[in-house]
Amino acid sequence: MVDTTNTKTTTKEKGLSADSRSWIIVVLAAILWFIAYKTIQPLANWLAYGLLALPKGSHLGESLAFFFYDVPKIILLLGGMIFLITTLRSFFSAEQTRAWLGGKREGVGNLLAAALGVVTPFCSCSAVPLFIGFVESGIPLGVTFSFLTAAPVINEVALVMLFGLFGWKVAGLYLVSGVTIATLAGVVIGRLKLERYVEDFVWQIKTSGQEIEGYKPSWAERFENSWQSTKDIVGKVWLYVVIGIAVGAGIHGYVPESALAGILGKNAWWSVPAGVILGVPLYSNAAGIIPVVSALMEKGAALGTVLAFMMSVVGLSLPEMIILRRVLKPQLIAIFVTVIAVAIIFTGYLFNLVL
Amino acid sequence: MKIKVLGVGCASCRRMVEDVRRIVQKKNWQNVQVEYVQDLPEILSYGVMSTPALVVDEKVVMIGYRGLNKIEQVLEEAFALQLQNSRV
Repeated sequence: MVDTTNTKTTTKEKGLSADSRSWIIVVLAAILWFIAYKTIQPLANWLAYGLLALPKGSHLGESLAFFFYDVPKIILLLGGMIFLITTLRSFFSAEQTRAWLGGKREGVGNLLAAALGVVTPFCSCSAVPLFIGFVESGIPLGVTFSFLTAAPVINEVALVMLFGLFGWKVAGLYLVSGVTIATLAGVVIGRLKLERYVEDFVWQIKTSGQEIEGYKPSWAERFENSWQSTKDIVGKVWLYVVIGIAVGAGIHGYVPESALAGILGKNAWWSVPAGVILGVPLYSNAAGIIPVVSALMEKGAALGTVLAFMMSVVGLSLPEMIILRRVLKPQLIAIFVTVIAVAIIFTGYLFNLVL
Repeated sequence: MKIKVLGVGCASCRRMVEDVRRIVQKKNWQNVQVEYVQDLPEILSYGVMSTPALVVDEKVVMIGYRGLNKIEQVLEEAFALQLQNSRV
């Protein structure tokens, strides 16, 4: 007792605690971030029209101004928002989520699982232990699938890029429809009673029931980990972002208005399923695809088609299916993929119809 | 002391194994075994759902990769505790 009080006073005398220091750094970084974010528009215009002296309204000038503005904007947004999202996620854990989902009814359980799938830190490499951990603790198969659908379908990079290039309404639509799809897909899979298609060894695994102490990181640790993940994620996607925006900028400057209305517009019924099928092999390149898609939309592509394509790119991921094959029989994987694909196509049509 | 890293082959799992081996070598700890467990039923028998996880003498001490410094700190604490126990 005496010892702890002593150490506390000494740290106070020495100066600020690690937590307050990290808070100060984060707040300062946020201010710098905000200033940078506000200066990129004039800077981009100055670069394209001032320094390079391109005439306003020219194809090249339009394309370059677009590129100079969007690249720093998206990279800044990705950095800032992913830092925020990972800090938020540090308050959640798979173990905590499992405890919350225990004993929930169908429906409520599915919705909660889908919502928690958004905020719980999840890596598809952990899909298998997570699946077994959920099922083994008595969480229904359908509820487990709601979680396993939401976690990849709502992708943080995709969310930030939609926000940056389409605005908060489209980003919100993506979030809400992702949660809805995950909830419904889980309810459907639950109703189909597919327990027999789970590999038999899963039902035989017994966990030790060892009590794992909940870990409460300090603010300094949360910020440090978030910074690490932000560097990892931005480091992985920035090149795709630049290439995607370059292609998008070309389309923006050179493709005539509404040139694509016929192929990707509301009236082309086949464009939604085509977008979904096209999205599957493009997994993990969401960062590069969204800027292209954003430029296509300016030229007449429909929002529902675009959203369906997006969700298919991030949600129907081949690597995750291969990982899940260790615990699921092929029939169940096929049903899982079909249910999500149908749900995404349906959402695409719905948006094209309503908006 | 027996250290196990539970992982299913993700990048951060391999990173944790490398970190643990490096720390053990740097500290020149004797009688320390490091094992990388990839067997699914065995991983699950510890009750963890996210990987990597760090297990010291059959007790889960860390879930998820939390950085070299944190791993070193956790292992040092475990090693100090073991020394204390062996003296008693």
